[in-house]
Amino acid sequence: MVSAVETDGLTKRYGELLAVDRLDLKIEGGEIFGLLGPNGAGKTTILSMLATLLKPTSGTARVNGHDIIEQPHEVRRSIGIVFQDPSSDDVLTGRENLYLHALMFGVPKHERKQKIDYVLSLVDLQDRANDIVKKYSGGMRRRLELARGLLHNPRILFLDEPTLGLDPQTREHIWQYIENLVKAEKVTVIITTHYMDEADRLCDRVAIIDHGKIVALDKPAALKAKVGGEIIKLRVRSPRLEPIKDLDYVLSVDQSGSTLLLTVKDASAHLQEILGTIGQVESVEVRSPTLNDVFLNYTGREIREESGEGGVFERIARVRSGR
Amino acid sequence: MGELEGFYALWYREMKVFTREKSRIVSSLVTPLLWLVVFGGGLGSAVSLGGVNYQIFIFPGILAMTILFSSVFFGLYIVWDKKIDFFKEVLVAPLSRVTIFAGKMVGGSIDALLQGAAMLVLGVVLGIRYNLLTLVLSFVFMFVLASALVSLGLIIGSNMESVEGFQLIISFLVFPMFFFSGALFPIDNLPSYLLLFTVIDPVTYAVDGLRGLLLGSSQLPIALNMAILAGFAAVMIGIGTWSFKRLK
Repeated sequence: MVSAVETDGLTKRYGELLAVDRLDLKIEGGEIFGLLGPNGAGKTTILSMLATLLKPTSGTARVNGHDIIEQPHEVRRSIGIVFQDPSSDDVLTGRENLYLHALMFGVPKHERKQKIDYVLSLVDLQDRANDIVKKYSGGMRRRLELARGLLHNPRILFLDEPTLGLDPQTREHIWQYIENLVKAEKVTVIITTHYMDEADRLCDRVAIIDHGKIVALDKPAALKAKVGGEIIKLRVRSPRLEPIKDLDYVLSVDQSGSTLLLTVKDASAHLQEILGTIGQVESVEVRSPTLNDVFLNYTGREIREESGEGGVFERIARVRSGR
Repeated sequence: MGELEGFYALWYREMKVFTREKSRIVSSLVTPLLWLVVFGGGLGSAVSLGGVNYQIFIFPGILAMTILFSSVFFGLYIVWDKKIDFFKEVLVAPLSRVTIFAGKMVGGSIDALLQGAAMLVLGVVLGIRYNLLTLVLSFVFMFVLASALVSLGLIIGSNMESVEGFQLIISFLVFPMFFFSGALFPIDNLPSYLLLFTVIDPVTYAVDGLRGLLLGSSQLPIALNMAILAGFAAVMIGIGTWSFKRLK
């Protein structure tokens, strides 16, 4: 059986900037695979190249066994994409959007109606199918686009930041829908995200991307285990770090201002000693590592949600106001 | 077969948008109506040209103007389309760019043609009489003009990143194409500086052809007007297809 995705030295350069750096990645069928990293790490660039929207500077990839450079149409027919930004037509109804997609992606005529009804039922939009998309909420629109991505029976579904800009409750719903789709359709899902909780919740495997390279790749639990202990978060007035760093059960120390993050083996057994040594403690919190700690561990930085490229809503607002 | 269905999908979408966004149709008819009623009616109360009332004289020109504005704007819309909504979905479809361009171009041309048809109905009210032949040929003229100008709009739009340049295009391209075309004046006795621009303005040949068909008087033979216009359309469609192939 062919791999869902197999990249071979995939590289994208924008002038001086190396957006994706000789990526070698293999994704097998049937899993939810996450590309996790801050904005600008190269996730969307990777996705765009795999979806044949962007030509690599060098290297190539096979998607469902088709070469992305030589056979773009075959690749496109075998994948579904849900973009970061809304890409359904808000003047048309949900059903009309799906009908157009079926026409453009060559869904045979006798299957169209039945298939459209089926994907609508997967995302619980049957009752609203004949409403104009303008009347949909953000979450409904995302669901419609999820359904549309599946309409032509793709073997891989690409989701680019599937819950960006949605409220927590809607995000939870979208996650459930994604999990249901995977169960119902047995499709491979590749998502990009900069949300730790999303990667943790959904993905079977996660590749942590930073500066266009994979810095770690494993199951979320295994990645967290690699951090090697628990996290103690402390707020300390004038902390004494030197004696702490020398303790052999303290794996790492990160300081930002008065906040300290210690990675500690068997934290509960050693908490007393740390608190006694470090100085005047204002607050303390012990927790298991999250993917955020994993990211910090590999890159020395935290994933921040804000970044230079601007949120999706600012971009939409800009486009809308021009209209 | 797949390409044909894709073409149909693109056209179907344009028709749905056209019939639902009624404000767009109404607003695109207001400007030509103002020209015809206020400018044509006002000046027409004092002026006759070529043996007809001025209002009747400019009618073919205003008809071409309706096509000009709605076609170029339709094409320019792609600047927004590129960033948002449906067009991104179109670009990832397994369709050739020629099909996508053709679907957009024909969809936009039919939009413009429907607005032209509304103007022709108004012509009856003004007292212009058609027969089947002139009506059919007028539609052919309007369609060729529209396909050329939608393509022009799509070429500009597909090479633009933002909407900031719109006002420039309207001031330096769309309005001059209207004013130099002879829509508002006869072109048989122009000073040479004006004549130069009139000759290179493709809309001139649509106006002259339509004037020949609807009012029975034109400077050039109708067939020559059509040949020049069709040549311009072919060039625009060629460049437009090429622009779409480069589109990301």
